[in-house]
Amino acid sequence: MADPEIKSYEPHHESQSAAVTESRPVRAVLMAVAFAFLGVFLVLPLIVVFNEALAKGVGAYTEALASPDTRSAIRLTLLVAAISVPLNIVFGISAAWAIAKFEFKGKAFLTTLIDLPFSVSPVISGLVYVLLFGAQGLLGAWLKAHGIVILFAVPGIVLATVFVTFPFVARELIPLMQEQGNGDEEAALSLGANGWQTFWYVTLPNVKWGLLYGVLLCNARAMGEFGAVSVVSGHIRGLTNTMPLHVEILYNEYNAVGAFAVASLLAGLALVTLVLKTLLEMRYGAEIAATRGH
Amino acid sequence: MTTAPARAGWRFRQPSVIPGFGLTLGFSLAYLTLIILIPLSGLVWRSAALGWTDFWAIVADRRTINALQISFGTAFAAAAINVVFGTLVAWVLVRYRFPGRRIVDAMVDLPFALPTAVAGIALTTLYAPNGWIGKLLMPLGIKVAYTPLGIVIALVFIGLPFVVRTVQPIMEEIDKEVEEAAATLGASRFQIITRILFPGLAPAIVTGFSLAFARGVGEYGSVIFIAGNLPFKSEIAPLLIVIRLEEYNYPAATAIAAIMLALSFLMLLVVNLVQSWSRKRYG
Repeated sequence: MADPEIKSYEPHHESQSAAVTESRPVRAVLMAVAFAFLGVFLVLPLIVVFNEALAKGVGAYTEALASPDTRSAIRLTLLVAAISVPLNIVFGISAAWAIAKFEFKGKAFLTTLIDLPFSVSPVISGLVYVLLFGAQGLLGAWLKAHGIVILFAVPGIVLATVFVTFPFVARELIPLMQEQGNGDEEAALSLGANGWQTFWYVTLPNVKWGLLYGVLLCNARAMGEFGAVSVVSGHIRGLTNTMPLHVEILYNEYNAVGAFAVASLLAGLALVTLVLKTLLEMRYGAEIAATRGH
Repeated sequence: MTTAPARAGWRFRQPSVIPGFGLTLGFSLAYLTLIILIPLSGLVWRSAALGWTDFWAIVADRRTINALQISFGTAFAAAAINVVFGTLVAWVLVRYRFPGRRIVDAMVDLPFALPTAVAGIALTTLYAPNGWIGKLLMPLGIKVAYTPLGIVIALVFIGLPFVVRTVQPIMEEIDKEVEEAAATLGASRFQIITRILFPGLAPAIVTGFSLAFARGVGEYGSVIFIAGNLPFKSEIAPLLIVIRLEEYNYPAATAIAAIMLALSFLMLLVVNLVQSWSRKRYG
């Protein structure tokens, strides 16, 4: 695999005429503007999070994180991600297999539908479940009669999270598996492997880095989702408060250290996600396919 | 597995030796229907059940119209700002070599990875009158936090990677030889940028703009902290949906959500038309 650093240097020759690149001062100005913009919009907010979290010292920071409500918020966030991410992994692999390995009518339409949750406001993603399962909802009376609780409880939070993170794994795997074609699988099948063996020993190893990439993004969004979860959670402290919701509650109580302490954990998660994502792109760029960004 | 008997000229799927089509497609469709399609059609059904007069009364309410105007207006402004700076950032990342370029490149994705609530409280703290940036803007008489300007700032943060990540790959593909050829034919740098580079990038820029715009219209988490949420002034449509839900006013929440969805899809349609036009125009 070509080293991306070397590759990106290749088309650049130092002897460039002024018409093919900008003059030195123009270049300096453009870079300065770009860096200033990124500094103000990306770096400063990140610094503020950690600065505010530690504003009253490390003691106050660890104390804020040790509070029972914060701990239960962390537990709930981990639980919700642990349920919703695997669900979307299974769906993503299944959808990618059907769409990438076969030619059938309506494929483009199906692919569009999979992307649908990205164009729906998170608040609406939560709202649709309230309309379905709420007291005035379509299934509300039936659920109540059978003692099933979905809304303002963990199942509702999981559903809303699954909705907003729905496309991540699938849209990472579909182009990758399409690019790889069916040759490997056909070879395995002709050598006598059954379908499951073909998937497990041939397809999965081929797409594992792309899958990890999709899971990484899916997980970051699952743990950080605010709008959709906020609508279905009911904000019951210690029970249905995920970490982002807990950040909001603490912030609105003017508990800046507490809010930013929890926020710093989420910011840490974001940074870890970015580092892993960059490492995957550098090391396995070709095996993640040309699907950078979203 | 179900393969429809081959009718002449039309078959549901091309024959293949690979197994698992029925299982994977069946599961995917069932999951998609349960998680996405049924809940979304519930929304459509509920707003249709409202009837035209009730629906119109909610949508034509001054507070609703104001919230929609604020959501779409600020999202438009933020996407426009992102088109300028996002394209510039992509240009710097693609064309210039400097130490730490990979780190800067990775940082661009921060808004994708950082939970919106965290971005919201961080930006509010920065732009509040006593914040690091707010303090500097105060003497100039510029108030950002708790005004529509604050909403724009939050949406610029959220939308930036959409523009950069759409434009960047297209920029990387530009063949330098075309620029060199233009230069040898006597074109100035300005002419090359406006006549050669820009037309090639225009479709990607339009896509980036529409992605950032669409995301901005629906954004909630990062906005509600910095907006101040004054009705008629800085109240966004998604927040109005939440307020109506908290009042148990399901019909109003449903109607506002339905009109937002309709407007978003209309907008995507327009963008697609513009895009196919620009593709024809600039090849």
